[in-house]
This record gives sequence, C-alpha cells and structure tokens, in this order.
Amino acid sequence: MQTILSSDIFILSIVLGVYLLANLLYKTTKIALLHPLLTSIITIIVLLKILGIDYPTFKQGSHFIDFLLGPSVVALGFLLHEQIEHIKGRTVSILVSILVGSLAGILSVIGIALLFGADKVLIATLQPKSVTTPIAIAIVERTGGVPAITAVVVIAVGIFGGIVGPFILDKLGVKSRIARGLALGASAHGIGTARAMELGVVEGAISGLAIGIMGLATAFLVPLVMALFSV
Amino acid sequence: MVVGIFVVLLFYAIGEGVSLAINGVIPGSVIGMLLLFVALQLRVIPSGSVKGFASFLTNNMALFFVPAGVGLMVAYRVLLQNWVAITVVSVVSTVIVMAVVGHTHQQFEKKQQQNNQLPNESEEDSSALADSSNPL
Repeated sequence: MQTILSSDIFILSIVLGVYLLANLLYKTTKIALLHPLLTSIITIIVLLKILGIDYPTFKQGSHFIDFLLGPSVVALGFLLHEQIEHIKGRTVSILVSILVGSLAGILSVIGIALLFGADKVLIATLQPKSVTTPIAIAIVERTGGVPAITAVVVIAVGIFGGIVGPFILDKLGVKSRIARGLALGASAHGIGTARAMELGVVEGAISGLAIGIMGLATAFLVPLVMALFSV
Repeated sequence: MVVGIFVVLLFYAIGEGVSLAINGVIPGSVIGMLLLFVALQLRVIPSGSVKGFASFLTNNMALFFVPAGVGLMVAYRVLLQNWVAITVVSVVSTVIVMAVVGHTHQQFEKKQQQNNQLPNESEEDSSALADSSNPL
C-alpha cells in the first residue's frame, strides 16, 4: 500500500486531481481567496500529512510538474512575440517603471526592516523578495543573506501578490492592461504572471517580460544601495 | 506538437548554457524566454511551430507552481524566528512595488496619449519612426 502511495503516478494524480478540483471551486465561487494555487497547496499538504507521505517523496513524485516551470517561462517568449504591438515604442517607459519599482522595493524593505530592528542579514535576505527564485538566490548569495529563507519568502510573496494584486491595482485605479501586467510580474514574479494570464494575454505577456527586467534591475540595484547604506 | 516541445526545450537548454557561462546572474529560463522571443521576431523559428505547446504552458502556469508551494510545508520553520518582521516587510513592500510600477507606467501611458491627441501629423510620424526603431 505504502509503495503505491509513494509512487510517481499516485503523486502526479493527486497534484492534477486536486488542482482540477481547486480550479472548479474557483470558477464556480469566483472568490479570490480561493485561488487554485493556494487551495491546491493547502489541500495537498493536508493530504500528504493524512496519507503519511513525506516531502522528499512528494518532491520526487511531482518533479515532472515542477520541471515544466522552466519551459513555461521560456514559452512566455512566444506570448511576447504575439503581443509585440503592445510593447513597441514603450521600451523606455517599461524600463523606467520597473527600475523605479525595484528601487522602491529595496528601499521599503530597508525602511520597514529597520523599524523592526532587523539586522543586516535579514535585510539582505528580504531584499530580492519580488524577484524570480533563481535570480533572488543569486542576489542573496552575494549580499550575505540566508538563501533558504529567501526561497520561502519569494514563493509566499508570489502567492500573496498574485492573489491580492488585481484588487490593489483596482483600488489604485491602475486600469491599463500593460501597467497591470508589469505591476504583477514586477512584484510577484512568475506567480504574478500566472495570475496576469488569467486577466488576459496582454497582461500575461507583459508580466513575463517584467519578471526578467525586475530580476536584472534588482540584481543591479541591491549591491549599489547596500554599499550606499553601509558606508 | 513535438516540434513545439523540442523548440521550447532547446531554447531552455541554450538559456541554461548561457546562464552557466555568466555565473547564473540571470536564470536560464529567462534567457531562454528572451532568445525565443528574438528568434520568433527574426522569423528564424516560425511562430506556428511553437504555438500549441507554448500556449499550453503559459495557460497553465499556476499548476507548475504547486509543487514548489507545497515545499512551504517543510520550509516554514526557517521563518518562525522573525516571522512578524518578515511578514510585515514582505506584505508592505510587495504592495509598494506593485503600486509604484503600475502607477508609474500608467502615468507614462497617459502622457503618451495626451501627446498623440494633439493633432500633429509630423509628431505621429516621428512616434511611428521611434516605434519601428525599437525592437522591444
């Protein structure tokens, strides 16, 4: 029995089955907090605990789905190509918006963390929180933060930003599809992009572009700002 | 479909290779995205060949994040020490980034619109020229 439970096929079935049900729940209730990503994660964690499947076993079994994350980012290049007319002539405004956003993110992390009396290590750990995981880890390794904590925070920020993002943007009166896509990708990386895809292909394509630019901008700005503050 | 799978994976592999060469500063998937975009723009690759698989991937992105998210079940422990500071910093700063990026770009678009609305043919011409000279 235990060998069936820990087999790849069983685990893959759990992930897909739970995700499909979660999608159905989301589509019928239309409650934002019941986003399939969030409900799937919670349901699967509970199921694993009940069935006595440990995380390494789950990780190995679900590797195939996890692997598709990389190709799905590559595939955003196709969306970008399809949506090129929305980007044309906006290179400067897109770059400037994300650079300003990245700087605001870095400075706000420092400001709020200092209010909590956080030390330099924690500040370094949290700075790349809006950046896609691989870039975030690369940044933290250079600035002396704790990569394990960064990895968790990045995913949590993505889930949070992806779920509340559209509401915040509504409240702020950000209606432009390009601005919304940029904001979601820049603040909540790939998970924000997954949400942007739900809003539309324009939002999704721009959001994918924003992941890359935000990652580069933050990788460039973090060491600069850190140097300014520690001198 | 198989051609599409091959093309996407090929660009992923090239992206990973480039990433390795530059010490992982930019992740391979992001480089792969940019290279695929350029190849499609230059028509090195016909867009019809990747459409099916690429659309499948981008339409189901949330699913691919589920395994990483389940990882929170073991990783949350490292957060417990400073969880209040970490939560407040993350939430507030994420909202700030979102607001700043969205708002800034919307302001840019409004300005651009105002410029376009001033009926001026030569200006329209120059903006069209600027467009074509901008590959992104």
